[in-house]
Amino acid sequence: MFTLENFSCGYPSFRLSEISFSVAKGDFIGIIGPNGSGKTTLFRGITGVIPSTGEIELDGSDLRMLSLRQRAQRIAVVPQTVEADSVSVEDFVLMGRLPYLPRFRFFETRNDIEIAEEQMRLCDIFHYKSKLMTELSGGEQQRAAIARALTQQPDLLLLDEATAHLDITHQARLMKLIRRLNETTSLTVLMIIHDLNLAAEYCNRLLLMHNGHLCAQGNPAEVLSEERIERVYQTPVFVHSNPLSGKPVVMLR
Amino acid sequence: MTNRVTMNKKTTYFLAITGLLLLLIAAVLFSLSVGEMHIGLGDALRLLAGGGNSDSLEYMLVTQVRLPRIMLGMAVGGALSLAGAMLQGVYRNPLVEPFTLGISGGASLGVAAVIVLGWQASLGGLLLPLAGFAGALAVLALVWFFGTRKRQVNIQHILLVGVMVSFICSSGMMFLMSIASSESLHGIVFWTMGSLDEPNTALVWITVGATIAVLALSLLFVNPLNALRLGEERALHLGVNTQLAVKLLFVLASVLTGLCVAVAGVIGFVGLIVPHLVRLMFGNDYRILLAGSFLLGASFLLLSDVAARSIIAPNELPIGVITGLVGGVVFIFLMSRKIAR
Repeated sequence: MFTLENFSCGYPSFRLSEISFSVAKGDFIGIIGPNGSGKTTLFRGITGVIPSTGEIELDGSDLRMLSLRQRAQRIAVVPQTVEADSVSVEDFVLMGRLPYLPRFRFFETRNDIEIAEEQMRLCDIFHYKSKLMTELSGGEQQRAAIARALTQQPDLLLLDEATAHLDITHQARLMKLIRRLNETTSLTVLMIIHDLNLAAEYCNRLLLMHNGHLCAQGNPAEVLSEERIERVYQTPVFVHSNPLSGKPVVMLR
Repeated sequence: MTNRVTMNKKTTYFLAITGLLLLLIAAVLFSLSVGEMHIGLGDALRLLAGGGNSDSLEYMLVTQVRLPRIMLGMAVGGALSLAGAMLQGVYRNPLVEPFTLGISGGASLGVAAVIVLGWQASLGGLLLPLAGFAGALAVLALVWFFGTRKRQVNIQHILLVGVMVSFICSSGMMFLMSIASSESLHGIVFWTMGSLDEPNTALVWITVGATIAVLALSLLFVNPLNALRLGEERALHLGVNTQLAVKLLFVLASVLTGLCVAVAGVIGFVGLIVPHLVRLMFGNDYRILLAGSFLLGASFLLLSDVAARSIIAPNELPIGVITGLVGGVVFIFLMSRKIAR
C-alpha cells in the first residue's frame, strides 16, 4: 500500500495543494492532467528530489525515514527524458543495481547481471546490450530506462510519460508488460500519461490533476466524463466507449 | 557466456591498470638515469638500494636531486589528472580542468604578491608555497560562498563564479606584474610556468602524501560519479547523495590542485588532457577513469619532465611547453583515429 496524506511540495512559484490518495499493492494508476498541472512536481516530491510536507508511506514505512539508498531500493523512476551518454546499454541497465552495491564494490555480481539481463529481455532490448545508448532511437532508450528501473527491483515504479517516444506496438507492449508485472510481482505503478485512451484502456485507476489539485480519482469511466475533461483541458471532447473493451474513449470534437 | 561483457570489463580494467603501472615504473627508471649526467640504470638502482659510495656525485644526484623530483613529478602529474577527472565528472563538462575554477589564478596571485613585496626568501623560502596555497584556498572559499545557497551547491553556478574569479585573478596578476621590478617580473613569470624543481623535500613528501590520500578517498566516489553521468536528479533516484558527493569531490579536487600549484607552479594541460586520453582508450567509466588518470598523469608528467630537462640541456625548458605540445598532439591523433574508426 502506498499512501499520501495531506501531501504537498513544490517551488516558490508553484505548489501542490494538499493531496491525499492511497494505492493498493500491485495497482496500476495513471496520472493524467494538462501540462503544468503538477504531475511531475508530485513525482519529484515523492522521490525526495524536492522537500515535501504531509505523510508519505510505502507498505507501512515512512519514506522520509529511509536513506537515499534504501529509498532507491524501493522506488524506481523512469524519467521524462533519457540522458543518453556514451555508455553501453548493458552498463546503463546495470546502473539499476547501484542502490545494492556496497561502497567499495565496483563490479556487479553474477546475480546482479542476471537480474539486469532478465529485465532487458522483458523490455525487448537484450539484443542491443552491447550497443551504445547514443546509438539507440528515442523509443529504444526509453525501454532501456524502463529496464534499468526494473533492475532496481522496486516495490513502486514511477513512470513519467514513458510512452511518449514509443510507437503503438511498443506502447501496447509496455502497458501489457506493466500490467503483467502488477499481476505477477505485485509491483505498484504510478504512471504519468498524456494519452487518455491508453490510460483508460490499461490503468486500473486514474488520478486527474489540475492546477496543483487532485481534482478526480477513480476508475477510468468515472474520471473521464465529458464535462470534466472539457473543463480541465478546456477543449471540447466526445467520450464514448470502446466496443471491444467497454473502456471509455476520448475523442476531440 | 551470459557474463561475457562485464567479466571482460573487469579483466580489461585490471589489465589496463597493470599496463599503466608498468608504464609508470618504466618512466620512473627512465627519469632516474636520463639527464645532464647520464647514470646507467643499474648504477642508479644500486645507489638507491644503498650500495655504492654515498659521498659520490652520482649518489647525491640520484638520491637528492632526481628522486625527489621524480616523486614530485608523479604526485603532481597524478594529482592534476585525478582532479581533472573528478571535476569533469562533477560538472559533466569535458572542458573543465583543475585550473578552470580560478584555483591556479588564486595561487598565482598569492605567489606574485609575495614576490613583488620581495618576501620570497622569508620563512626559509616556505612563504612562497604557503602564499600560493593560501591564494588557492581563498579562491575556493570565495567560489563556495557565492556558488551555494541555503547550503545547496549549484554546480553550474560554481562553475560560472569560478571562471569569473579566474578572470579577476588574471587582472590582479597583470596589475602586480605592471608594478613589479624587472627582477620580480622574471621571478613571477618563471614561477607561473611551473617546474618540478623543489628544493624542500618536506614539501615534496606532503604533496605525495596528500595525493595518495585523495586518490584513496576518490575511490569512494566511483559509483556516484558513474551515476552522475546520467544527471543529478537521476543519480539521486539511484540512491546517490548527490549534494554530498559533489561538495566533497569539489573540495578534494580543489585543495589538491591548490597544493600542487603552490609547490610546482602552474603546469597546464595535464589535468585536461590525461583524463581524456584515458576516456579515449578505455571509455567514460569512472571505475577506470580515476585510477587510470592518476597513473597515466604521473607517467606523462615524468616523461615530459625528462624531455624538458634534456632538449636544450644544460638548460631547462618550462615543463608546460612539453605538456601542452605533446599532450595536445597525442590527443588530436587519438581522437582523429577514433573518429576514423
